[in-house]
Amino acid sequence: MKNAKLLARALSDPAGIGDCDWAGLISAARAEQLLGSLAFRMEGQAVPARVEAIFEAARRDAARARTQALWEAEMARRALAPLGIPLILMKGTAFHAANLDAAIGRSVGDLDIMVPRENLDAVESALLAAGWEHVKDKAGYDDAYYRRWMHELPPLIHRTRDRMIDVHHTILPLTARPRPDARALIDSSVALESGLRILSPADIIVHAAAHLFADGDLAGGLRNLWDIDRLLREWATPDFWRALGERARLHQLEGHVARALRLSHRLYATPVGETVAGRPRVTDRLFEARLLARNGWGQEKRKALRFAFYLRSHWLRMPPLMLARHLWIKATR
Amino acid sequence: MRHRLSIQIGPVAFRIGSAWKAPLDALAGLYADYPKPADGLTDFTVRLEPEKPWRRFIRPSVAIRGDYCLPDATPMSLAHGLLAAEMGMNLQMALGQKNYLLLHAATVEKDGRALIMTGESGAGKSTLAALLGERGWRLMGDEFALLDLDSGLLMPFPRAVSLKNGAIRVMEAEVDPARFGPRLEATPKGEIRHMRPNADALARMGEGARPALILFPRFGEDAAIRAVGAAEVFMRLTQASTNYVALGRRGFDALTGLIAANPALAIDYPDTDTALGQIGGFWRELAA
Repeated sequence: MKNAKLLARALSDPAGIGDCDWAGLISAARAEQLLGSLAFRMEGQAVPARVEAIFEAARRDAARARTQALWEAEMARRALAPLGIPLILMKGTAFHAANLDAAIGRSVGDLDIMVPRENLDAVESALLAAGWEHVKDKAGYDDAYYRRWMHELPPLIHRTRDRMIDVHHTILPLTARPRPDARALIDSSVALESGLRILSPADIIVHAAAHLFADGDLAGGLRNLWDIDRLLREWATPDFWRALGERARLHQLEGHVARALRLSHRLYATPVGETVAGRPRVTDRLFEARLLARNGWGQEKRKALRFAFYLRSHWLRMPPLMLARHLWIKATR
Repeated sequence: MRHRLSIQIGPVAFRIGSAWKAPLDALAGLYADYPKPADGLTDFTVRLEPEKPWRRFIRPSVAIRGDYCLPDATPMSLAHGLLAAEMGMNLQMALGQKNYLLLHAATVEKDGRALIMTGESGAGKSTLAALLGERGWRLMGDEFALLDLDSGLLMPFPRAVSLKNGAIRVMEAEVDPARFGPRLEATPKGEIRHMRPNADALARMGEGARPALILFPRFGEDAAIRAVGAAEVFMRLTQASTNYVALGRRGFDALTGLIAANPALAIDYPDTDTALGQIGGFWRELAA
């Protein structure tokens, strides 16, 4: 197969792929950070011994990655506990902490958390006091840009554990056209036993869709979409579809959530609520082509399409004049 | 990819793709006597590709990529494409190997028992391993020692030995010219020439060995031998391992098992003959 379609098919229908281009499948899975997820999906299938050894190592590695992600969350919890504010886990760490199906084999890079915006300064000070450090030059343009326009603090990295933390106060940059309701995200969040919190199920989908389709060039998109598939399959009920529609409207992200549902259905055959997903659109094909733009050697393909989505990501992220100024500064420094 | 080649080295199979023919021709020559993966499958993929599309033709520059990449790796000149392929395979092992505890070490075997030599670059482990491999020992590998997590056996990884600078002359005096790759001048590591291990090392690349001694050689000092305590061995081997942390508890158990079962010595040596004499002495004592 010429593109990552084999990977998408193996994830959604592991029994159906038969004897395939194993090297291509594994290279694509590694490139898309999906080897762990694939290894668990393929568990119990008849595969060649060498492939089974790779999957087995990936499953063991996933257990270690999970421990490490949860430990990092615990470290943040301890650092911020004295502040007495809600601390919400996001993305992969949230899936692991809540034992969601999406966590099975899911790799986790940075720790993503969300806190109320009015507490950002206190949170940053507490993290710096607990061993996290700034990655970007504190007096530079990037730092200033993050603080003024982004939905998160400039990234921090822990001095000894070498792990990054992204502290969000909402789910989209302030320059983007949709304005998600950050207060509502926090108010509806759900407490876990540890005292840590996660977003409500509907808001988790809204965030995943926002991250994938409203804030980026779809790099790593197959994994983000796989998250969405797993979450939707775990939560799907008529009530859930209604709640999801309402939250998508509230956060001004109806179009992106609908797109996420349709693409998840196209690539992973996810059962989706039709009223939320809406009618297929011609542009869905472009998104699908972009998500699958990788070949069996793990190489990025369709350079022009990738570049178009890169331009789109900047276009979505900020108004034209601001974009011009931003690119000018980036290009001339 | 336009040009492709698969190679089996010990228990690991690689698939190497390249945008240019020359690096793979050189690689195929150097690895001529190695088996192809028996199952037709591979563990890791290496890609040699232009850093930017036009760099395939204009001032060609080889980016080392693959299943696992270093984001800020410097591209290499096409003349050093063979070295790029070697580095690409090493990179996959260092970042992606999770089935064995990986030690940055040379290993040789005699009478069914293996000697592990580790140390910083320049300590002479490659040269010593290559020389021992020509003088009655079996060369298991000059770069990575693979410690099986369950059995505690060392598995061979007899890739082509990467000889640098002075070591090139030492081995040229000893070994059939047909076993050498091209001379690579002015690489980031100085002059480099690759040498194919001998037929015995290749024929037995599937055969593991029980470790017997851990050695920390250091070249350029007066001859000296000292015992190294378990705590120091542990610290030095965790630093010499690329995947110790990633293996978690299993890595800890394998490493402490290795250290508990084997003596460890540090040797200083002014010339290779001295080191070979020291090592021969250790082996006679171990056998006694």
